[in-house]
Amino acid sequence: MQKYSVFNLIKNAFNNHEGWEVAWKDPAPKNEYDVIIIGGGGHGLATAYYLAKEHNIRKVAIIEKGWIGGGNVGRNTTIIRSNYMHDENALFSEFGMNLWRSMSQELNFNIMFSPRGIINLAHSDAQMNAYSRRGNSMRLNGIDAVLLDRDQVKKIIPMADFSENVRFPIFGGLMQPSAGTARHDGVAWGYARQADSMGVDIIQNCEVTGFDVVAGKIKGIRTSKGNIKANKVGLCVAGSTSILAEKLNMTLPIETHLLQACVSEPVKPILDHVVTFGAGHFYCSQSDKGEMVMGGDLDGYNSYAQRGNLPTLQHVLTEGIAMMPFLSKLKMLRTWGGIMDMSMDGSPIIDKTHIEGLYLNCGWCYGGFKATPASGWTFAHTIAQDRVHELNAGYSLNRFNTGHLLDEKGLGTKTWIS
Amino acid sequence: MLHIKCPHCGLRSQNEFAYGGDASVKRPELNKEVSDKEWNHFVYLRKSLRGKHLELWHHISGCRQWIKVQRDTATHEIFKTFKASEEI
Ligand SMILES: Cc1cc2nc3c(=O)[nH]c(=O)nc-3n(C[C@H](O)[C@H](O)[C@H](O)COP(=O)(O)OP(=O)(O)OC[C@H]3O[C@@H](n4cnc5c(N)ncnc54)[C@H](O)[C@@H]3O)c2cc1C
Ligand SMILES: [Zn+2]
Repeated sequence: MQKYSVFNLIKNAFNNHEGWEVAWKDPAPKNEYDVIIIGGGGHGLATAYYLAKEHNIRKVAIIEKGWIGGGNVGRNTTIIRSNYMHDENALFSEFGMNLWRSMSQELNFNIMFSPRGIINLAHSDAQMNAYSRRGNSMRLNGIDAVLLDRDQVKKIIPMADFSENVRFPIFGGLMQPSAGTARHDGVAWGYARQADSMGVDIIQNCEVTGFDVVAGKIKGIRTSKGNIKANKVGLCVAGSTSILAEKLNMTLPIETHLLQACVSEPVKPILDHVVTFGAGHFYCSQSDKGEMVMGGDLDGYNSYAQRGNLPTLQHVLTEGIAMMPFLSKLKMLRTWGGIMDMSMDGSPIIDKTHIEGLYLNCGWCYGGFKATPASGWTFAHTIAQDRVHELNAGYSLNRFNTGHLLDEKGLGTKTWIS
Repeated sequence: MLHIKCPHCGLRSQNEFAYGGDASVKRPELNKEVSDKEWNHFVYLRKSLRGKHLELWHHISGCRQWIKVQRDTATHEIFKTFKASEEI
């Protein structure tokens, strides 16, 4: 594989950049693979990469119905963090933070990881107490957390609304300084390029339409480009999980809902961090291009529409303006939506299933982008070894049966409620 | 914007309603021994259909009645609405 470096950039400049190799090939599917990964989003691509790199399993295919990166991996607002209270979530996410820190070097692709820090604003004494508890739990797990009072927040984000008579005054906030953002497309492309170079077949425009299961064992898949055999199949289809589960006669503890995001026109640098509103659901960061990147609540009802509805966007931006009034002066540039696999306790599932050789990766809710490397790493382990790693042991499918939920937000079974 | 025809009040905008989820889920019978599996089914497992979906909505800023709505989850077309007690 051709290395991306400043020397190669200069070298290729002399022949009008016509000497670059393709970043990944476009092969036709073979008849059989050791492992098939369904879904060419961040998680599928990362899984294939770690299967090849960590477990030396290279007869692997990624089957993607559209193009890689066209799903949620290319639609999210790129927030990366590990500010969780429960051990399972904290340790899994912090393991991922370490992979993020070295990802650009490891993939030889600039994913523009920007650990700019995240601040969750608090708007009451009770919320400050809850944040201090969460911050302490994080620190016990070796994750950086700083509790900020009102004056400290004011120094960092002076353009937030600090006036006296506001409905939701800012009491302070919880900051994870090492959290941040990254370039989402770059993550998909970086994993794809490296996986391809180790022999993984990336097969695009190929929809999985069914499965061959014989005597409780997976034998292969059916696709729009024909049948393909494999004794191990991993599902990484995010918002489409329930559709494929139905073909396997499985009913899962997830519902598909729509999440929107939007960006404003670009402006000069004003916001250095990721900031979230604590009295509702709104978050914001500024992209390198200067756009304010914003998002918040789900549309609020089951949806596979992949495009949003205006009332939710209006509601979310009202929260944004309450938090930072200057946002009302900006023009909206773009809005879009992605279909989200909302699990019933807000935590994901990375597990084996009752079908031998069939593995499940889903339930990512609002936060699957940040999980991309850790999810790929643990899912590859689960598939290669046919047993879960201790990092994803808490993300079992059976936890709903036994009551061992990971309800980080205390939202109960309706994680889609606003 | 969805427009939902409340069987009690008529056509109203989505803003007046709160969503209540899949209406086809049946609670296990009262006063009967319930296994973990049945309970798991009732509380957590959902078909999450793409296409025609029967769901509960609460006309919370209107008559405050729960209603059933049959809606397409891919196109948002609403086919029919029912009173909570009505079967389709
Ligand atoms: C608006 C928005 C904002 C978000 N913001 C954040 C954030 O700030 N931070 C964060 O951590 N997370 C965020 N997320 C969540 C995150 O994007 C997702 O959880 C994550 O991307 C899901 O994993 P993925 O990348 O593998 O999914 P996807 O990229 O959706 O990959 C799934 C792939 O499966 C393919 N597929 C589906 N069905 C089939 C089939 N039958 N056959 C073949 N292929 C199929 C799809 O085409 C798709 O490419 C956000 C999501 C959205 C929509
Ligand atoms: Zn009504």
